[in-house]
Amino acid sequence: MTREQTRTGLNRRTVLKASLLAGGGLALDALIPLPAALAGAMEGKRSVAAQLSAFVAIAPDGTVTIVSKNPEIGQGVKTSLPMMVADELDCDWSQVRIAQADVDQKRYGEQSAGGSTATPKNWLPMRQMGAAARAMLVQAAAMRWRVDANQLTTARGRIFDPATGRSIGYGEVASAAATLVPPDLNTVRLKEPGQFTIIGRPLVGIDSARILEGRPIFGMDTRLPGMLYAVYEVAPAHGGRLVKADIEAAKRSSGVKHVVPIVGNGDPDAGLADGVAIVASNWWLANQARSRLGVEWDLSAAKGHSSTEYQAKAEAAIAAGAGTELRLDGDPEAKLASAAKRIAARYDYPFIAHALMEPQNCAALYQGGRIEIWAPSQAPQRGLQALHTALGIEPDAVTLHLTRAGGGFGRRLLNDYMVQVAAIAKSVPGVPIHLIWSREDDIRRDYFRPAGWHSFEAGIGADGELIAFSDHFVTFGDGKTPARAAGFNVSMPPAGLVPHLRYSQSMLPTVVTTGWLRAPGSNALCFASQSFLDEIALAAGTDLPTLMLRLLGEPREIAAPDNGSPFDTARARAVIETALQTSSWTRKPPQPGRAKGFAFYFSHRGYFAEVVDASVAGADVRVHTVWVAGDVGSQIINPMGAENQVRGAVIDGLAQALTGQAIEFIDGVVQQSNFHDFPLARMPITPEIDIAWVKSQKPPTGLGEPALPPVLPALTNAIFAATGTRIRSLPVRLKTA
Amino acid sequence: MPYRLNINGAVRRVDVPPEMPLLWVLRGELGLVGTKFGCGKGLCGACTVHVDGAARLSCQLPVGSVGDSKVHTIEHIGATPIGARLQQAWLKIDVMQCGYCQAGQIMSACALLGQIAQPTTDQINSAMAGNICRCGCYNRIRSAIQIAAGMKEESTRDA
Repeated sequence: MTREQTRTGLNRRTVLKASLLAGGGLALDALIPLPAALAGAMEGKRSVAAQLSAFVAIAPDGTVTIVSKNPEIGQGVKTSLPMMVADELDCDWSQVRIAQADVDQKRYGEQSAGGSTATPKNWLPMRQMGAAARAMLVQAAAMRWRVDANQLTTARGRIFDPATGRSIGYGEVASAAATLVPPDLNTVRLKEPGQFTIIGRPLVGIDSARILEGRPIFGMDTRLPGMLYAVYEVAPAHGGRLVKADIEAAKRSSGVKHVVPIVGNGDPDAGLADGVAIVASNWWLANQARSRLGVEWDLSAAKGHSSTEYQAKAEAAIAAGAGTELRLDGDPEAKLASAAKRIAARYDYPFIAHALMEPQNCAALYQGGRIEIWAPSQAPQRGLQALHTALGIEPDAVTLHLTRAGGGFGRRLLNDYMVQVAAIAKSVPGVPIHLIWSREDDIRRDYFRPAGWHSFEAGIGADGELIAFSDHFVTFGDGKTPARAAGFNVSMPPAGLVPHLRYSQSMLPTVVTTGWLRAPGSNALCFASQSFLDEIALAAGTDLPTLMLRLLGEPREIAAPDNGSPFDTARARAVIETALQTSSWTRKPPQPGRAKGFAFYFSHRGYFAEVVDASVAGADVRVHTVWVAGDVGSQIINPMGAENQVRGAVIDGLAQALTGQAIEFIDGVVQQSNFHDFPLARMPITPEIDIAWVKSQKPPTGLGEPALPPVLPALTNAIFAATGTRIRSLPVRLKTA
Repeated sequence: MPYRLNINGAVRRVDVPPEMPLLWVLRGELGLVGTKFGCGKGLCGACTVHVDGAARLSCQLPVGSVGDSKVHTIEHIGATPIGARLQQAWLKIDVMQCGYCQAGQIMSACALLGQIAQPTTDQINSAMAGNICRCGCYNRIRSAIQIAAGMKEESTRDA
């Protein structure tokens, strides 16, 4: 894109390069190290990726091109991150074009979508980048007019000289600006919040119009000349080995071009399970041919890995004792023993699948020792690693294009489909292959949100204060390390708020592949802990929000290493008080069988208090309204997308509780297969959702996750208030009247 | 088997087995990828198209049964007055998150407004219940339908 002279402004932290665009104009390219506090936020991330990039170009016609480097999975970053650049650049949003970057770690640093990290990581650097470009354009205009740059102003992509009334467009000085030495990113002047013209405006997603016209954009829409379609038949249980398959019979099936048995690497987590690829001219024909394979599997590795066995083992682990200690504050044992009131309860929740609307798919072309891949992935750089581990493909031999993803929710942080298509493409060099999973593949081969069990105890003093709290958590793991996304969070409230507290853990071995699901950990821990706290509050003669406000006490910050930033009790208090106000908490619905429930949680740097108004008739639960109060910092970047994230999180949580979502295993074989037995939310269950932003004076943080966790216990607490039935196991299954 | 299909106002020829679902004819044979694959079992609505004006699940529709019927897909829907109004409403309040199910949502909404110009909330819920949105954009889908039907101001993007 750039040629000739490149000017570099260097400082200790940042590389900022300015260059002349090929057709004239300014290109500004930055590689910015991440603050240490944010760098470690993504689990499993390597330090080499702990930097951000930004790229902005201004063409002679004034068009501003901003590169969007992160995967777009519906969370809206392809719009919201460029908004940050464009606002400080002080251009008009209509001038902005957004280009999706390919995967290139050297050029772009980290490229991923996960952990609600994009907003906090990019808030400062993206704005600095826009401000730097603006400063250079202003400097170029000042030199042309021979005036002091400080006397010039900018607006909507133009530079104004108030002294003379003249003005000039950014495009007209962009080439001149490209010859200047870029400023130090850390000293460029940023706008005051009141000066924002783009940040904070509800803007329509950059790809929305295209999607509404049905134009190709998703991984599923990838079309390449001569492309063939593939399915990958794998064992119904994880760890299954291929015994035999009738390759010739499948080859005789209509439209089938290739049938390729593939030996996995024996490590389902690295993504290559044993399987048989069927490649055909049309995906449906490939899928039809599966039944001809008459395939036989050795499933012995998964024997005994059944939901009923897990349940029995978890109960045995709880009965056996306290597990491995994870956190001990004070002397909970003694305080529980001496408490005026002591209560105990067990909670559990099932494995659940991600069930993204766009089934896993990926396209690849292998030729001349190189592979080109088109992937809807949340963590493509991890995909490069997986290709190397499973297939020995060097990252330098891969060209990796990011497509829009039809949902992520954590599923696409794993790249098994990418490894599979690469293995298939390698076996038919020169032919572009599009691997598409059926919905059944997608449900059964998920990296499931792990099931979990909690055994809680609490001690309440004579004055009604919560003095001791303990949780023995039973999860999955090898005894030393929890399985992926199966770990506890030692910062889980009421940790730090109760003087005597013990958290402990036991692990069950599993062959099931587990993974991160939207608000990993929190999506389950919040249900269990906030439900039990509701029980505690009632036992103490009060209600949950009152108990939480009492526990929060004086405004202070409590270290919460698992949450990426400390827990600020003042921010928690503010969202709780706001939710009580917006929901008119003290006003109880007069109808029998209808009540409100409350819950609070802090996850992914966001503070959320939620109130659910639900009515129960027999086994039917109807949610009327959900009030959400959230604090994700001083500024909502794009209210249009932000409100969508909150509503989506609320509906997601309600679906987990109310539609019957549970994945069950018999000897490792997943019993669910499609939306009839793993249901998702549908329009009729959708409540009114009221959102109140509580704006603290903290930098903005992400919204993909933190609004989800509280809605589950807010709902189940409402069901208890309405019926007297305490929901201690998900999904909600009430007896018909 | 050779078929002549009437798709979006044009005759398209394909040579495929009669059992092949229309979805895979559209996507695989004709390159019309706007119609989406979601479940393959008629459970999610992502593959919704119009057959002679009625919303149909193309993953459950063997191409051999289409005959001379007029098939319309998301690629064409902007050329119809209701479809264009729906697309505008969808954009005004930016309904979507990931967007993958939205073609199916629009096709179902378009069939609904073709039958009932100003549907009640219950009618909307029931007509749209076959279309899953994993991102949970239902509040805005409902609002967008009401905006397109002239029943609601565009400023009220979330109710």
